[in-house]
Amino acid sequence: MSLNELWFLLIAVLFVGFFILEGFDFGVGTVAKFLGKDEAEKRVYIGTIGPFWDANEVWLITAGGAMFAAFPHWYATMFSGFYIPLVFMLLALIVRGVSFEFRERVNNQKWRNLWDWAMFIGSALPPILWGVVLANFMTGMPIDGDKEMVGGFLQFLHPFALLGGVMFLLLCIVHGLQFITIRTEGELQERARKVAKKIAPITLIALLAFVGIGWWKTDIFTYHSTYWILLPIGAWVALLLASIFNVKKSDIWAFTFTSITIGLLIASIFIGMFPRVMISSFGEAFDLTIQNAASGAYTLKVMSYFSLTLLPFVLGYQVWSYYVFRKRLKKDDELGY
Amino acid sequence: MGTLELARLQFASTTIFHYFFVPMSIGLALIIAIMQTIYVVKGDDMYKRMTKFFGTLFLINFAVGVVTGILQEFQFGMNWSTYSRFVGDVFGPSLAIEGLLAFFMESTFIGIWVFGWNRLPKKVHLLSIWLVSIGTILSSFWILSANAFMQHPVGYEIADGRAQMTSIGEILTNGHLWVQFPHVLFAAFATGAFLIAGVSAWKIARKHDVEMFKKSFKISIIVATVSALFVSMFGHQQAQYLVESQPMKLAAAEALWNTSEDPAPFTLIANIDTEAKENSHDIQIPGLLSLFSFNKFSGQLEGMNQIQAEYEAKYGPGDYIPPVKTVFWSFRMMVFSGMAMLLLGLYGWYASRKDILEKNPLFTKLMVYAISLPFIANTFGWIMTEMGRQPWVVFGVMQTEDAVSPSVTFNEVLFSFVSFTLLYAILAGITIYLFVKHIKKKDHQEETSKEIDDPFDVSEEEAAPHVT
Repeated sequence: MSLNELWFLLIAVLFVGFFILEGFDFGVGTVAKFLGKDEAEKRVYIGTIGPFWDANEVWLITAGGAMFAAFPHWYATMFSGFYIPLVFMLLALIVRGVSFEFRERVNNQKWRNLWDWAMFIGSALPPILWGVVLANFMTGMPIDGDKEMVGGFLQFLHPFALLGGVMFLLLCIVHGLQFITIRTEGELQERARKVAKKIAPITLIALLAFVGIGWWKTDIFTYHSTYWILLPIGAWVALLLASIFNVKKSDIWAFTFTSITIGLLIASIFIGMFPRVMISSFGEAFDLTIQNAASGAYTLKVMSYFSLTLLPFVLGYQVWSYYVFRKRLKKDDELGY
Repeated sequence: MGTLELARLQFASTTIFHYFFVPMSIGLALIIAIMQTIYVVKGDDMYKRMTKFFGTLFLINFAVGVVTGILQEFQFGMNWSTYSRFVGDVFGPSLAIEGLLAFFMESTFIGIWVFGWNRLPKKVHLLSIWLVSIGTILSSFWILSANAFMQHPVGYEIADGRAQMTSIGEILTNGHLWVQFPHVLFAAFATGAFLIAGVSAWKIARKHDVEMFKKSFKISIIVATVSALFVSMFGHQQAQYLVESQPMKLAAAEALWNTSEDPAPFTLIANIDTEAKENSHDIQIPGLLSLFSFNKFSGQLEGMNQIQAEYEAKYGPGDYIPPVKTVFWSFRMMVFSGMAMLLLGLYGWYASRKDILEKNPLFTKLMVYAISLPFIANTFGWIMTEMGRQPWVVFGVMQTEDAVSPSVTFNEVLFSFVSFTLLYAILAGITIYLFVKHIKKKDHQEETSKEIDDPFDVSEEEAAPHVT
């Protein structure tokens, strides 16, 4: 494997990790406000992701840093090209991030309501925007000979992209609900199961539509050969299994399979892009690839040494942190800081 | 105003805002780790209350620092895509390693620290706050390695129209980095220390839990004074480094238009005329600038007009003089604030040792206002550093006006600038409100003695066997 390929793989892994991990805390952040009937319940739901969400978000920051270092043109074209969606994404991530901290600090219902709304909007908007961005990754974007994206942001909002946004939000919600089922017990857990059961069908339909239209309209799922369509189909089957396990109250399995769904879906998109990193709708000659978007060989080598040394430690202590907080939460637990 | 100016304004305002919280986090993490260490070693519950009291301020501050930091990483690509393409090879690795090495560590262990009070053995829990502190320090090292490249580019070559890394060793041993990093790091320690000292002084004056706040004052004033001393020491070294690496910045900081006499006088204040390129009035101290620059009472310094001529010969026609007034006055604001910090720190240390704080309401009041000094010094220090480098974004290699994103429109940047400025203003207001609210609260004893701050409510005995 060349270093360019290795770095594409590492960035894909960072994004897969980001979407699986932050996916459930986007989902929990979206539903907590509505699922919790009173303050005590809300705090349990929010408490399920309390120790984790910040570290989960670092997967994105590190993915961004890795793109900047290994494929500067990918980073520059994507971040300047998706300008307006990213402004909204940042605004959402900012209000969401502070809401966890701020809501606990003043003992006043109006104050908490305010930050619960911030948490809801800040958690629901990013998956929608990521869905839009991923769909545009698949269809290709108007990238010109200077590697610049042209044409303003409204062009990103075509029907397939909007479907991507809705699909990904639903997926994160189901994933988040399954996370709640493994982190809580009793009535709180049961409620999450019920809601997950209710929205599973529409999520399955949205994902099926996304995969179907993606297959029909883009080359992503079959770029290397037709067999690769098994990946997104596998994602769909995993979601189906997840909803079956949810009904059977096998929570660990249900959560495992929603994780697999997100993992396979994101992986299938990155694999389909490879060796391109940004597809130009102006034609193949304008595509950004792992070759023409990359840093020099020396940088890639240095970065490889650093990352391959550090990654095991990072994974180790993150796994450990989930182990430390493995106990399920109850309503009468004293929560907060 | 065009897209370029607006993008610069956004970078300046978002970075200055972000940088209120960053040094506070670095400083508070260290001192809180020290407090908790005393608690674990002595077993005295007062230090636990102290840790938790200041821990709350730390967490509010940390949250705002984290969320405003995401924008920092994104906006290089969003507003400065040409810059990102050009330097990604050299500049990107610092950001990536910062994420991998520092951010993961900070964010994971802060979660463990916040929710792990009753969940982990005491020493493991203590280790988690130290890892947060180490994470913040590593983070500052890596981001400064990126900034040092902009100030004094080393370890690269221009190939295929881009700056490409040739030696990570040179980048990490960049002389600029090793005068800048300790200067910035100790300034950050001082920032957290002055906050804790100021809050403690306020509490002592209000007779809230005096015994505890005298102790926290003592811890913080020691950190504050030692840090302020190191800050000025490394600041001095940094200025000397500029004599060679960025003489234009140094000349602008001194408003030195023409090459000085020998020995060079230090300009205390000046009325700067940037049109005529001279100072109409100034007050100078003979020989002092030579002493600052060369550690001896001799030696000349080149003036801006002479350097401008050299640069025109070297880099082609253009205006290579930075905004002199801004650089000159920022430098003075920084230095004067730093000196005030050192003096207050020394006296505070003395007053703490002699146990005369309660008898000195003027001083405790002064210490409350002194919370602002490190923020003033940090902000103006960065303004001096970044404005003094202009017109370059990477010194001698790329100019700021060539760095902006070509595909991003004026209206897009305007939208982003207005949104972030508004949101940041709201965040600032809320943060100050929450700080003041927490500090003014009288009954923090009760709040923190509840011992049930943990959502995973299990006793230590129960938890210990699983994790050891």
